[in-house]
Amino acid sequence: MDTLVLLTLTGLGLGALYFLIASGLALIFGLMDVLNFAHGAFLTVACYTAWRTAETVGGVPGLLLAAVVGTATGLALAVVVELVLIRRLYGRVREQILVTVGLSLAVPALVQTVWGADARTFPVPDALSGTVGVLGARVPVNRFLLIAVALLVLFGVRLFLSRTRYGLIVRAGVEDRAMVTALGIDVTRAFTLVFALGGALAGLAGVLGGIYFGSLSPHQGTSLLVFAFVVVIIGGLVSITSVALSALSVGLVQQYANYYAGGYGDLAVVFLLAAVVLTRPAGGTGSPLLRLRRALAAHRTQAAGGTA
Amino acid sequence: MTSEPPILTVRGLDVDIAGSRILTGVGFDVPASGVTALLGRNGVGKTTTIRAILGLLPDGGRVTAGRVTLAGEDITAEPTHRTVRRGIGYAPEDRGVFAGLTVAENLALAERPGHVHHYDLVHDLFPELAARRGQRAGTLSGGQQQMVAIARTLLNDNILVVVDEPTKGLAPRVVTEATEVLERAAERVPLLLVEQNLAVVRRLARSAVVLDAGQVVHTGDARELLADTARTTALLGVGSHSSKGAA
Ligand SMILES: Nc1ncnc2c1ncn2[C@@H]1O[C@H](COP(=O)(O)OP(=O)(O)OP(=O)(O)O)[C@@H](O)[C@H]1O
Ligand SMILES: [Mg+2]
Repeated sequence: MDTLVLLTLTGLGLGALYFLIASGLALIFGLMDVLNFAHGAFLTVACYTAWRTAETVGGVPGLLLAAVVGTATGLALAVVVELVLIRRLYGRVREQILVTVGLSLAVPALVQTVWGADARTFPVPDALSGTVGVLGARVPVNRFLLIAVALLVLFGVRLFLSRTRYGLIVRAGVEDRAMVTALGIDVTRAFTLVFALGGALAGLAGVLGGIYFGSLSPHQGTSLLVFAFVVVIIGGLVSITSVALSALSVGLVQQYANYYAGGYGDLAVVFLLAAVVLTRPAGGTGSPLLRLRRALAAHRTQAAGGTA
Repeated sequence: MTSEPPILTVRGLDVDIAGSRILTGVGFDVPASGVTALLGRNGVGKTTTIRAILGLLPDGGRVTAGRVTLAGEDITAEPTHRTVRRGIGYAPEDRGVFAGLTVAENLALAERPGHVHHYDLVHDLFPELAARRGQRAGTLSGGQQQMVAIARTLLNDNILVVVDEPTKGLAPRVVTEATEVLERAAERVPLLLVEQNLAVVRRLARSAVVLDAGQVVHTGDARELLADTARTTALLGVGSHSSKGAA
């Protein structure tokens, strides 16, 4: 029983982390058809700037400041990448993938030259490094922090999407971007906004990841990103709540399988993904795979036409 | 008629999509009042003409020559949202209703900041939409979705409304309703209307532009054209193949 409780809360904590990364990915892909492989790089850099801040200031104030700095780092990076690179490549899905994959390789390499390849210890203040007893299990306090932050973010993003004009534009844009512009709305502003929001959440995930793992390394973001993509594919693009539920399932399955199935957590996630993809009825605007296939196909006919 | 300058002029428009020429030298005027019908058989380029005017060509499509002006100003290479903000209401062929948004949200999205929003007019023309404010647009009937699409074009003070095949796929009674609404709309704002139902054209249109194979083959008074059965048959192929019904 106590093991199950510990596994569940740890799985939920991990799911919370996946959710923070995946929600940005899903919004960006849903609105702009951009598969942002650089999302993990935002997270990694944010994790390092947060780490520097936490080390320098120290204690709980240090961590709070680190959270702000990390979030701001993710946001700033995302805005720069969107304005300088992605914006020039709208509708060119393949080039966008190449650019973001390039960033996802270059940025960790850069981080490595600056701060070294070895994992560093993320300073976690005493208030967050202890455990609490839950039904006989000793559960690390930080799991609750992650879950609480993810719930707050879920709540905030839902409010943004349902109550604000930009939220309305984003929801409409996910369905039909061209029609949004045909109503006189400059949808590229919404693109920048969504990219910034996604980057900020990735940055926040970088800080929380540092706390969760207690360490950071140049490839932290990249490995988390893989699972975030799985979350997006399972959760679809329909609602942020379905992304949250998907993140939660992936986190739990991974933890349970790691313990009960001899460390095969990652493999279990792959099985979960396969099961969902193979049993889901085809079609609908919610399916990310379908969307990507369509975007690439449109791109192909365009390229063919250009050379004909 | 009046000597008012046209609200929209199209001159020598060439459009390529995916490397093939779709429109060649398309040119016509839309007068500053009344309904102008854009006619032609299936696939002749009516929708492409509208999309080219609005800068909404599909991926791989581009205007290779020509000029479009709205109220005297060049809008040829302008981004869609800027052109629309000059005062165009557009109801596309597939209606362009956001299925996941409610009726109220669909309308709210069309609200142009800094404009007066004519909800009184919209609810007067479409009492049903007021009653279905909270319903998801995707669950509306085709006719109701068309009402949302037309309502969005009338919400702001536009200088031109463009409607692409509003009666396509609608039951006869709903076609009549839509026609009445468009007739009332035309009292307020000039309309560019793509329409295959000639009864609707006869009732609404003052002037007509006929396309064939991506070229303008006739422009003139709409009623004169429709009165000339031989001409109508030759230009629109009416009788030789039916272009109506839900595709
Ligand atoms: N995205 C596209 N890719 C390739 N060809 C296209 C595309 N869109 C339109 N076309 C071609 O352009 C031509 C004109 O199409 P368009 O939709 O403008 O015709 P239309 O007059 O509106 O027809 P309908 O009455 O059936 O709506 C057609 O031959 C069509 O196949
Ligand atoms: Mg058409």
